Amino acid sequence: MAVITYRDALNRALREEMERDDSVFLLGEEVGEYDGAYKVSKGLLDQFGEWRVRDTPIAENGFAGLGVGAAMVGLRPVVEFMTWNFALLAYDAIVNSAAKMYHMSGGQYNVPIVFRGPGGSALQLAAQHSQVPDPWYANIPGLKVCAPATPADALGLLKSAIRDDDPVVFIEGELLYNVKGEVPDGEHLVPIGVAEVKRPGADVTIVAHGKMVHVALQAAEHLAKELEVEAEVVDLRSLRPLDTASVIESVQRTHRAVVVEEGWPISGIGAQVVDDIQREAFDSLDAPVARVSGLDVPMHYARSLEKLIVPGPEPVIEAVKHVCYLD
Amino acid sequence: MNLSTLVREDMHALYRFLVLTRMLEERLETLFKQGHIVGGLYRSLGQEATAVGTAYALQDGDWLAPSIRDAGALYVRGLPPIAMLRQYTAREASPCAGKDNTNHFTIPELGLLGPISPLGTQLCVLNGISLTFRQRGEPRVCMTYQGEGASRTGTSHEGFAMAAALDLPMVIVLEHNRWSFGTPSYRASAVEDWADTAGAYGLPVRSVDGNDLLQVYEAAREAVERARSGGGPGVIVAETYRMSGHAQHDSQKYIPSEELDEWRARDPIGRFERVLLEDGWLSDAGLAEIRDDVDQELTRAVDTVLSEPHPPAESSRTRVYADPRQDPPEPWTRTLATESEAR
Repeated sequence: MAVITYRDALNRALREEMERDDSVFLLGEEVGEYDGAYKVSKGLLDQFGEWRVRDTPIAENGFAGLGVGAAMVGLRPVVEFMTWNFALLAYDAIVNSAAKMYHMSGGQYNVPIVFRGPGGSALQLAAQHSQVPDPWYANIPGLKVCAPATPADALGLLKSAIRDDDPVVFIEGELLYNVKGEVPDGEHLVPIGVAEVKRPGADVTIVAHGKMVHVALQAAEHLAKELEVEAEVVDLRSLRPLDTASVIESVQRTHRAVVVEEGWPISGIGAQVVDDIQREAFDSLDAPVARVSGLDVPMHYARSLEKLIVPGPEPVIEAVKHVCYLD
Repeated sequence: MNLSTLVREDMHALYRFLVLTRMLEERLETLFKQGHIVGGLYRSLGQEATAVGTAYALQDGDWLAPSIRDAGALYVRGLPPIAMLRQYTAREASPCAGKDNTNHFTIPELGLLGPISPLGTQLCVLNGISLTFRQRGEPRVCMTYQGEGASRTGTSHEGFAMAAALDLPMVIVLEHNRWSFGTPSYRASAVEDWADTAGAYGLPVRSVDGNDLLQVYEAAREAVERARSGGGPGVIVAETYRMSGHAQHDSQKYIPSEELDEWRARDPIGRFERVLLEDGWLSDAGLAEIRDDVDQELTRAVDTVLSEPHPPAESSRTRVYADPRQDPPEPWTRTLATESEAR
């Protein structure tokens, strides 16, 4: 086990898959000469050359569409968006071409492509540069969606995404790139669509993904220390397919659930998870399921306001106290 | 004009493709009126020569990504006419199994990438296909088409710019057919000579009379040869006219009748017939024989297609993911209904 950063885990995943399979190539803005806007592709241009690490013009729909075409005729492109905010300009290529090509061609072309980049808020980048894209993609049949929280999951899920025969939207945490964690030394694959219990607990289930897994874990430590409440933290890891079975299994043991997400509340990931819980674990519940989400506003620039919009441990702790009837 | 490469068989084949395009669309109109076709029905009336002439310059292994007004190009590349009828009438046996609409054909064996509804993206996707072929050292040329209206989208500009920047072996046919749905091109753009637009991307361009089949073919042959020999992408601007409405529901009352009369006199099929007759490629009887032959083929094809089944109900949940285990389950309400019926 080595301890590496989330950034280095992604870099390792790209390097290992490009070494393993000549058809894998990386394209996007700044991925080559600059080593990536967030340095995820560091050293790849030197190792693999410009055919496989291709800088593109600032043309998100143009290079996302190009990736789809390359995937249709046998390559496995990894398209990097500088951030998922800019991928709104490529929503057409992702939703209309990548996600639907297999279906609309009657199964004649599959599109093995990965779209990846950082999502969610960082620090004081304001409304157009701090968005959580997760539900925009989780809503689309034909796509798979991953949102890893740890270096090990970043490594294992990205490798699985590159090997997958369908288009995968891979949402990294912009504030997670420097997070360190243990990563297995050998080949490490994490299957898409499988959640993981990041912290066992008997009293309440906290469901989260991406950056919010860390928030949930902080909340859980506080709850254990201060209130002797043992929270189980279930990391979804993938948002489509969603591992409902793991969530239900946990809730059936704890009888209480809090669902946390960074993004906006209306039609969010949490709305889907809560629906699954009420339908499949209704008789196990001792309290209504609670949701914690970002505030329903565009992100502010001022740090004093930004802090009020993104959920931290405090609202999660409050929500747990509420469903445990401790408030 | 250098037509030394075209022999008698070519001239007959070109004429057949032209009349096939028009006569098949006339059959589609009838099927539409009879209720066999419900979605959009897009005609290429008046633009047949551009599609047929350009596609005829391609070779085996080349790729084609037509717009909705380039049906003729599909037949040139080998699409059986019956496939067009099957797809428009949503038969199970259509190439896309009833999943994609009207004249969107995406078929690997024929090197076809179908239209993508939001305009411009198709060019970007074809760029990726072309890049892959070049990366593998395969000397394939990719040809695609846009109306001048489609060329105004931001994505189109991205596609043109990237084809040029990557120096891809592509031919982009810009069909100046004067109308984007009900908007005349002069109201959507300040461009007068559409060949000027190629300069923005540093691409070579040639303007042709899009209703003159042989002129179109010659320009395409030149652009295809240049692309295949490493000369990069080129643009052909075809001056033509959309002689029918945007789709079947559009009676195009907004077009002045004298403008239609003017372009009717330049009908591409009539003009090619005159060339065939005057230069001795075919007699009047020869022309009639080809038309009759196409007509009989279409009658047989329509009869066959109308007897074929639509896609079965169970296919409503299929082909969403390459791994069928990922396809969605039966909706629980439907499962309940089935159980309740069984009881």
